Amino acid sequence: MTTLTQTEDAKAPTGSDAFLSVRDLRVQFSTEDGIVKAVDGLSFDLERGKTLGIVGESGSGKSVTNLSILGLHNRKATSVEGSMMLDGQELNGASERDLEQLRGNKMAMIFQDSLTALSPYYTVGRQISEPFRKHTGASKGESRARAIEMLGKVGIPDPKNRVDDYPHQFSGGMRQRAMIAMSLVCNPELLIADEPTTALDVTVQAQILDLLKDLQQEFGSAIIMITHDLGVVANMADDLLVMYAGRAVERGSVREVLKAGQHPYTWGLLGSMPRLSADVNEPLRPIPGSPPSLLNPPSGCAFHPRCEFPSLVAGDGKCSTLRPELPTGRAAACHLTAEQKQQVFIETIQPRLV
Amino acid sequence: MLRFLLRRSSGAILILVLISAFTFFMFFAIPQDPAMLACGKNCSPDALAIIHKNLGLDKPVLVQYWNYMYGIFAGRNFDVGHCSAPCFGVSFNNQQMVWDTIKDRFPLTLSLTAGGLIVFLTGGLSAGLIAAAKRGTWLDKVFSGVSLVMSSFQIYFLGPVVLGIFVYSTGWLSKPKYVPFTEDLAKWFMGLLIPWLVMATIFTANYTRIARSSMIEQLQEEHVRAARAKGMGARYVFMRYAWRGSLIPIATLVGMDIAALLGGGMVTELVFSLNGIGRLARDSVVDKDLPTLMGVMLISAAFILIMNVLVDALYAVIDPRVRLA
Repeated sequence: MTTLTQTEDAKAPTGSDAFLSVRDLRVQFSTEDGIVKAVDGLSFDLERGKTLGIVGESGSGKSVTNLSILGLHNRKATSVEGSMMLDGQELNGASERDLEQLRGNKMAMIFQDSLTALSPYYTVGRQISEPFRKHTGASKGESRARAIEMLGKVGIPDPKNRVDDYPHQFSGGMRQRAMIAMSLVCNPELLIADEPTTALDVTVQAQILDLLKDLQQEFGSAIIMITHDLGVVANMADDLLVMYAGRAVERGSVREVLKAGQHPYTWGLLGSMPRLSADVNEPLRPIPGSPPSLLNPPSGCAFHPRCEFPSLVAGDGKCSTLRPELPTGRAAACHLTAEQKQQVFIETIQPRLV
Repeated sequence: MLRFLLRRSSGAILILVLISAFTFFMFFAIPQDPAMLACGKNCSPDALAIIHKNLGLDKPVLVQYWNYMYGIFAGRNFDVGHCSAPCFGVSFNNQQMVWDTIKDRFPLTLSLTAGGLIVFLTGGLSAGLIAAAKRGTWLDKVFSGVSLVMSSFQIYFLGPVVLGIFVYSTGWLSKPKYVPFTEDLAKWFMGLLIPWLVMATIFTANYTRIARSSMIEQLQEEHVRAARAKGMGARYVFMRYAWRGSLIPIATLVGMDIAALLGGGMVTELVFSLNGIGRLARDSVVDKDLPTLMGVMLISAAFILIMNVLVDALYAVIDPRVRLA
């Protein structure tokens, strides 16, 4: 048993003509303690007008993936390998000047916390119109009119007056809307939303998600929705990518993954979600253990120390020595056979979810 | 904003009154009779009594204090002549009006402050910004290291060394001397060049460090990353987004330093034998010259309070979240 990983034959086919095509992305940081493999061989495709949900615990590489797409990682301490093709243009290794032309224009990002992601020193209007001026060359008056238009579009009442407000004069929900307006001001074709509703209360959360869906229909943008909230994913996404320890462990349509998950980690996520239909005395079922250190990830399958089912896998200790790959299409990276997965899901997992 | 300024100014005046009372009564707590100093060695009790009367020392302390404060606003008469408002009394030492002495000395201190300020602000802030922009490179390490060494110097060490090298040994520059700039601009400049540079050395280091550290802090803010995610250029984000947030700590430091320097860069003035406010303050303590000491104290305190109010007003200009009412 010297070969711990299989060859990269499980890689999705290259030369995909998807709008955004990420192939074998590897992001590593060098820190004082060693090399952190934040993302380790990630591949996915995203079409225009579709939404890809990426779920996983903190530190699973969700955010790092998206910062690498935008080229906003710390370039000095980070190495990014693999390919990220946006509409036929390679983003990895693109010049800062090219990336600046794309950022805020063709691809944009919605941040998690609008309180920190909007500068307290400039008016909302200025922060919205700034990228519009830069990318379209519009005049001051035109870009101001555009900012007012965008504020109206995201549902800010009285946008003509509110455009001159500072972020601290907005409520949390309004600020998030303003940030969405800022991201959408140039009609980006790719929108990356990094937990866009985590900081909001549930009613506002639903409004923001509806807003994103409406805007997606209007502009036909592709959306990457990073979240750890499966409810948000169920509401928004078409496809779903479950990440664990820097790797994708399951991929499929939202329906497939949420209704019939195939990976023990996905089962854990499903089981740890509170349900209104459940008895109030029924405790939540957290996944035992904690996310692994990316400095020194577990051997074999990174999830095996927390997994309930390694004993079912044929071959002694296969889970701790051989890393399961993620096949293309609807799949999970797990050594359980298809029959075992189905059997465990039906017999053990589903009863827990009712 | 107006209301803010009014409220803060009245508060400042109250503090000034408290400072004046404290200084005044503290002075009378010391055991030595100031009239003895004015009287000299061969002092007869009769002469002492006359001096007491002339200086108003025969009256109760509270009355003296009242006369003093009254003089500041309305002027007073002394045996040496009328002292018009603002009257800070007559020096025990040389029978001069304190206010006239302060007016005489102030242009030097102002020149020293203004010139030093320009040198250490431009030098310190640009070094700090470059160090922050090039964080982790050799340039950053050089700037940070040099500023650490510079800030550990003292003016009373560096001043004589620089004088020794550039004035006494090589004769490249002449001894620092104050020439009013209304008289001769070039001489004014050359005369203060060494004090400016030496004084700025120590201050520059402070500004390098504060500019660097607050810029690095600001550059890690989410809104800086968000601005980059909008496609704004690195330099634009650096100067507009990160720099704006760094202004608050820098403005605080500038305000306090200006106030301290206007109140007399005492060490600088003593090291270079310049007769400014700082030297006046020191001499008045040595000579137990109450009126002069009081005058300098109050003027220095006023500068500190004025700069405090100005800096607070500046916060509101820099940061819209600060509401002044």
